Amino acid sequence: MQAIYIAIPLSALIGSIIAGLFGSIIGRKGAHTVTLLGVGISCLLSIVVLFDDTYFNGSVYTWAKVGDTSFDVGFMIDRLTTMMMVVVTFVSLMVHVYTIGYMEDDKHNWPEDSRGGDNSYQRFFSYISLFTFSMLMLVMSNNFMQLFFGWEAVGLVSYLLIGFWSTRDTAIFANMKAFLVNRVGDFGFLLGIAAIWTYTGSVDYKEVFERLPNIEHITLQIIPGQEWLLVSIIAICLFIGAMGKSAQVPLHVWLPDSMEGPTPISALIHAATMVTAGIFMVSRMSPIFELSDTALSMILIVGATTAFFMGMIGIVQNDIKRVVAYSTLSQLGYMTVALGASAYSSAVFHLMTHAFFKALLFLAAGSVIIAMHHEQDIRKMGGLKKYMPITYWTSLIGSLALIGFPFFSGFFSKDLIIESVHEADIFGAHYAYWMVLLGVFITAFYSFRMFFLVFHGEERMDAHTKEHLHEPANVVTWPLIALAVPAVVSGYFLYPMVVGDYFEGVIYFSEEHPVIETISHHYHVSESGFLNLLTFVMHGLMSPPFWLAMSGVASAWFIYLKKPSIAQFGYDKLRWVHTLLDKKYFADEFNMAVFAGGALVLGKGLWAAGDRFLIDGVMVNGSAKITGWFSSVVRHIQTGYLYHYAFSIILGVLAIMSWLVFGAKYV
Amino acid sequence: MFDGYLLSVLIWLPIIGGIVTLFSGDTLGARPVALLVSAVTFFISLLLWTGFNPEGYQMQFVEFAPWIESFKINYHLGVDGISMPLILLNTLTTVLIILAGWEVIKHKPAQYMAAFLIMEGVINGVFAAQDSILFYVFFEAMLIPMFIVIGIWGGDNRIYATIKFFLYTFFGSVFMLVSLIYMYNQAGSFAITDLQSVKLSMTAQILIFLSFLVAFGVKVPMWPVHTWLPDAHVQAPTGGSVILAAVMLKIGGYGFLRFSLPMVPDASSELAWLVIFMSLTAIVYIGFIALVQNDMKKLVAYSSIAHMGFVTLGFFVLFPIIANMGSSEGTLLGLQGGMIQMVSHGFISGAMFLCIGVLYDRMHTREITAYGGVSNRMPKFAALFVLFAMANTGLPGTSGFVGEFMVILTSFKANFWIAFLATTTLIIGAAYTLWLVKRVIFGAVTNPKVAELIDINKRETLILGILAIFVLVLGLWPEPLVHVMNDSLVHVIEQATTSKLVN
Repeated sequence: MQAIYIAIPLSALIGSIIAGLFGSIIGRKGAHTVTLLGVGISCLLSIVVLFDDTYFNGSVYTWAKVGDTSFDVGFMIDRLTTMMMVVVTFVSLMVHVYTIGYMEDDKHNWPEDSRGGDNSYQRFFSYISLFTFSMLMLVMSNNFMQLFFGWEAVGLVSYLLIGFWSTRDTAIFANMKAFLVNRVGDFGFLLGIAAIWTYTGSVDYKEVFERLPNIEHITLQIIPGQEWLLVSIIAICLFIGAMGKSAQVPLHVWLPDSMEGPTPISALIHAATMVTAGIFMVSRMSPIFELSDTALSMILIVGATTAFFMGMIGIVQNDIKRVVAYSTLSQLGYMTVALGASAYSSAVFHLMTHAFFKALLFLAAGSVIIAMHHEQDIRKMGGLKKYMPITYWTSLIGSLALIGFPFFSGFFSKDLIIESVHEADIFGAHYAYWMVLLGVFITAFYSFRMFFLVFHGEERMDAHTKEHLHEPANVVTWPLIALAVPAVVSGYFLYPMVVGDYFEGVIYFSEEHPVIETISHHYHVSESGFLNLLTFVMHGLMSPPFWLAMSGVASAWFIYLKKPSIAQFGYDKLRWVHTLLDKKYFADEFNMAVFAGGALVLGKGLWAAGDRFLIDGVMVNGSAKITGWFSSVVRHIQTGYLYHYAFSIILGVLAIMSWLVFGAKYV
Repeated sequence: MFDGYLLSVLIWLPIIGGIVTLFSGDTLGARPVALLVSAVTFFISLLLWTGFNPEGYQMQFVEFAPWIESFKINYHLGVDGISMPLILLNTLTTVLIILAGWEVIKHKPAQYMAAFLIMEGVINGVFAAQDSILFYVFFEAMLIPMFIVIGIWGGDNRIYATIKFFLYTFFGSVFMLVSLIYMYNQAGSFAITDLQSVKLSMTAQILIFLSFLVAFGVKVPMWPVHTWLPDAHVQAPTGGSVILAAVMLKIGGYGFLRFSLPMVPDASSELAWLVIFMSLTAIVYIGFIALVQNDMKKLVAYSSIAHMGFVTLGFFVLFPIIANMGSSEGTLLGLQGGMIQMVSHGFISGAMFLCIGVLYDRMHTREITAYGGVSNRMPKFAALFVLFAMANTGLPGTSGFVGEFMVILTSFKANFWIAFLATTTLIIGAAYTLWLVKRVIFGAVTNPKVAELIDINKRETLILGILAIFVLVLGLWPEPLVHVMNDSLVHVIEQATTSKLVN
């Protein structure tokens, strides 16, 4: 079995290396064949491992052994891992297929004189396979060192892909921003890992978890006089890492800009997989997080804030990809809220359903973008339904799943999150409950605002675009259909994934946070699984989230299709709200002025005052000048004239004699 | 092969080869001769790796011959797990420098190549010397070829830079000589092992420690005695910058491990806070300064200083840990991290300077604003440059990560705030490096001169490719290096934690 585990990430890596290094030799066809094959094998083997359902924890090789600590590269295969592996490789495979169509004429995206477009097709495939490898290393890891490797490696690929069209200023600004903001998260993450190593002497998950009881009650004085619980510090540090990767407020600013990258990677990296790494990591570390109510409260509040306020921004966006991006932020907020409520399995469950329907939505958006000749403004679309039926229906499925329409996957996963928060009783739970509840309305509103503006209503595009409107090639539409299936059915796995014991022994929750237990208890009203499910759906139909979602759809329909004058009216009357949302609460402006600007001012100041003035000016050149001055003074004595020397000798003799005659008697 | 005199071969072969190169003529002979000598030296140096026994800390490949008997100064050579990898780093770097100067150096190439070969031999001598006076002689002799390299093949302001470089480093080392002579009077020997075991009073230790701190701190260089480095780098030719950053700076770190920690452990413990303060300042303060540089070489030079801060931090963080935890458990990771950071920095900074050299050879400017969109014309070069830049930011999977990771982990053990400040490199280091990449490599072509750039040729690809492989291999599997250094570093910790005070 171990060989299979190694083969899964490795086959993706090999595909990537071949396509990347030998892209010009094997050509476009060779590149997509080899990477598809690689990821295909990964996906197939992941499914085998999923059904094999055995626990494995072992080292592949020792990265470094220092003293008593062994840093290994190794795998821990349990149900959480296998679920992630299947989701990652499946979505990745779909994206690989889709890319064949999407990047077909990438040459057009490059200036004439640029060699960047020469092998860009092969390069793109190499990158997405490399991403798959990195993400697999992240989820399969059995230790913090490798986790951090995967964590940063996916960040690297994300950096390369956001800036893929490197001649565009916005793209290369966005990718640097993404990397740096993620580094702020990684800063916390690495400190957390350092704390874990310091107090447990290991970076291996299993060993660390085993040694947790020893450090449970240790307190630290980081600020003198303030005793903080060590596990809280560890948990918060780790969560800061998750905030960067999973784009939680205030480290969310990079994700909307990441839409500068080609759409396939927006689907794969910035919606389905990489951004959920934080959610995965916290779930994986549940034994640590369960020890700290402080950290859980922080997670709850951060997640709830992200879920609601980022969703709000989605309402005013007009770029089709940005609407989906803000919806991703908001949904990540939902998952984070679930983590804070100790409902890790709810979070992971939503992670899975979201991966499918959000990848679907992004790829559908990409399909629209292809058809619209790279026009992304939804105000210039409309009525696309009749031109693109497959995209239309799959988008509808994705949107319904997203807003939590009954019988679609999001319905189950989102309902479970809201239920979990409702049951939670740590600090911040009330706030979080209201935020996620209101967020349901917002989600439905912006999703269907976009849906109606794109697919229904009057056709607002220019004549030329309209003439060429048609459904893109099969390689684009097939992945949409393939993703639409799990976007519907994956929700039915709520039993056993959330309300069952599927994750028992993998995800922990303490007896003080019995949220999942309570929900399971509520769910199992009878012996019959079907009856339980039916009751759950019926209950959902009568609860507020459903009605909030429906009223969101209805409002969007009324405002954007029925009476567009209302939108205009609202825009005029609530201009300040619109500005606030349109400027994303001025977070970018703040960061640019304070952090980016501040760092530059600080750097210039230190350089001018410290290095150039104090050290070089005063100390180094200063001592050189003093030496020079001293020698210039001393030099005057050595004139070279004999009579000067003779005169000074006479003076000297006179002085000595005077001293001998007059001074000596007092000695 | 070369049983019993391998180290001598590694010292004298390049020096003699350098002299031969000097007389082999500028037009034909110099380049092949120099390449041959450096390549042969490199392959011979591999015997050190293959023949090295990682068990135990004892010196290996030892050579001993009396030199100045009246002062008991000996020609005494040997290597342990600390110095052996550094010699390999030196021999490898020299081959790459000879290759890098192949077409570029038009002015007196024979002398240029000869200077680097002689420098190679002398630096090998520094790492192999087991007699402190022998060490001192090599330590000073090394300055001469470097002085010549910057002074002759350097930029417009090379005279200022050479004088500054020379005086700075010379200023540092004279104090060390005084300390060595003082200890000779106590120990009756100049042998490094004897100096490591002689007992000293606290006052003497403190003074000796400070003199070492000046000598090695200038070399590393540590804040605030670092300002010679950016000037030297900017004025030096590419090869000079590479050997300076990749190898010569390491002599400072090596000195701390070989001299400061074992010879004056009590003073090291007493003044560890000072070194840690200086290291953290290097990491944070210098990082911000690197951010605002307009000259690519200056930026990388400042980044070198910041990265070397991790070396000294890793070496000295062991003292606060002992003070905190009461045992030296876990401190080994810091020393390992510092050493790996030295080797890794050799690869990465060498590669960065070579990359800048590639651009400079074509554009004759190092101003960042003159560039932009290089990837459009030089995709192969851009890929390698981005790889090295990522290694410079300490991305896991590259060698730049290993040392920083280990040092950060260890420093948390000492104190939360030390780790906190050290970890800021994750953000600052990424900021200055990626901003450089953004402005030079990415973007649209704006400067018409950039539009005419031609991608790297086979020779340049080979040089950068070799370094890329080393950067990745060390990043993905540092264990072989860790293993080789392990016992020697354990021994250093033992020495550093054993008091040498006179009762």
